[in-house]
Amino acid sequence: MMVSYSVRKRGSNILMFGLTGLCTALTIGVLFYILGYLLWHGVSALSLSFFTHLPAPVGETGGGMANAIVGSGKVLLLATIIGVPIGFLGGVYLSEYAGIKMASLIRYVTDLLNGVPSIVIGIVAYTLVVLPMGHFSTLAGGVALGIMMIPIAVRSTEEFLRAVPQTQRDAALALGATKWQAITTVVIPYALRSIITGTMLNLARVAGETAPLLFTSLNNQFWSSGWGQPTATLPVMIFTYAISPYDDWHRQAWAAAFVLLALVLIINVAAHGVLSRSKHLRRGPAG
Amino acid sequence: MPPTQILTRPQRMRRKIRQIWGHDNFGHILTMAAGAAILIITGVIFYELFAQSSLSRHAFGLNFLFTKVWDPVAGIFGALPFIYGTVVTSILALLMAVPLGLGSAIFLAELAPPRLSDTLSFLTELLAAVPSVIYGLLGIFVLIPVLHTSIIPLLKNWFGFLPIFGGDFFGVSYLTAGVVLSIMIVPFIVSVSREVLLAVPQDQREASLALGGTHWQTTWRVVVPFAMKGILGSIFLALARALGETMAVTMVIGNNPQIKASLLAPGYSIAAIIANEFTEAVGNLYLSSLIELGLVLFILTIVINGLARLLILATARRASR
Repeated sequence: MMVSYSVRKRGSNILMFGLTGLCTALTIGVLFYILGYLLWHGVSALSLSFFTHLPAPVGETGGGMANAIVGSGKVLLLATIIGVPIGFLGGVYLSEYAGIKMASLIRYVTDLLNGVPSIVIGIVAYTLVVLPMGHFSTLAGGVALGIMMIPIAVRSTEEFLRAVPQTQRDAALALGATKWQAITTVVIPYALRSIITGTMLNLARVAGETAPLLFTSLNNQFWSSGWGQPTATLPVMIFTYAISPYDDWHRQAWAAAFVLLALVLIINVAAHGVLSRSKHLRRGPAG
Repeated sequence: MPPTQILTRPQRMRRKIRQIWGHDNFGHILTMAAGAAILIITGVIFYELFAQSSLSRHAFGLNFLFTKVWDPVAGIFGALPFIYGTVVTSILALLMAVPLGLGSAIFLAELAPPRLSDTLSFLTELLAAVPSVIYGLLGIFVLIPVLHTSIIPLLKNWFGFLPIFGGDFFGVSYLTAGVVLSIMIVPFIVSVSREVLLAVPQDQREASLALGGTHWQTTWRVVVPFAMKGILGSIFLALARALGETMAVTMVIGNNPQIKASLLAPGYSIAAIIANEFTEAVGNLYLSSLIELGLVLFILTIVINGLARLLILATARRASR
């Protein structure tokens, strides 16, 4: 009786933990399947002209997505200019200045903003930028992605600044620096590498966003000059080409997906390397 | 005391800037403005959605949420098919993602050695880094063929008598969207649940083991219940993601504004119709109705996210006490 009970207990122990292991294996298996599949189909569809040529007109094979690559770059540049300063300064405020109540309010709202669906951000960028201007533009796309970058910029800046040892601040203040001097000359430089890495991760996250661009920067078969015209971007091109009926466009979509995913994953892996090497930095009090 | 100098204009400017920058309160005011900007931007998002949807709100009132018809030509707009599609696909996604994610989180927090656990959870988080349009692409060209040739025939064979598996399968469907969504939200469940499990105090485990509980009994009856609020929080977080997910769903749900009991039928979701019809919406009422759909989605995700954050905060507090 005792024996069978303990055997059963041990049996269920092994069985249940085995199942949890299986769950992990399945999840990670899906990741590697996705990576493998994209590598296989993406590399074979990739060619030099993908990076150097404009999209071919319907019915012609070949062509590339040079305009979409540049377009994505421009939209992301704008997004960084709009989103990162607000997010960064907000993070400094949370970590260095805000009182407990104010800090938790802003943190809470930031998390909510982070959870707002990207398509909703797209609508707002449309009503705020596209409607007044009267046409779709690179600028509107940049505004949409910029808003999306704010919450992550806030939270990662705050996390990294909190991880700066208090002794650093005290030392600067003891030398007669004002609080703001201590922050700009000691605290921020101390955490700068992590903050830049966090910004790269943030960029990688919005680089793949498609929904907010559909009706802000729209799409463009040709080069888009300046900031006031619609522009092609890689994610929107993937979408447009994927749902098209042409085999050659599907091939191009795989190539674009491969380039986009490679970019995103390289940034993620590199950032993981940088951040885990400075792990002592991250062990701050949890927010 | 240096004699008063006559300064050139740029020099005066520079001195002025240095004065402002060097002022003790400057940093406080500057960063506080950024903090306020975050609150304002969130407020503006809500205000814009609310103001720009006034036409549709006044025309349809609350009936908007319960009308089954979406007919731009006749000027009748009802949100029900989209709300239905969004809810059904999200629930389907949770049904698959919760066991998978919770299982993984338990493995990573309770069994795997720390270094392995860190590596594996980093890999899981990479799943969240894959852009959603790529999930859509894979959904169209990888998942749909697999469902078509092997999984759906099996399902129909075993459960074909159930109405949820009735009717023909064309590839695009609620089920397809649910499967794609489940893969996309698993990382959220895994990473947050793992964190809250790891935060459970060690003495809770030791007490249970000392009473003769096996490792699994300890995990399932002590550790998981202790972290329950946080786990629920992670599930709500994932749910909010699923509700608002646009591209992947748009590409595989079928984009057909109907309400069908069968999960194999094509449907539509709130985010998908906004993505598809926003640029072609002619007429103010049409556009306004789409923006009201955005408002519905916004409120839905804000409520669920708000709940999720509160639950996660509650567990974090309990564990640190």
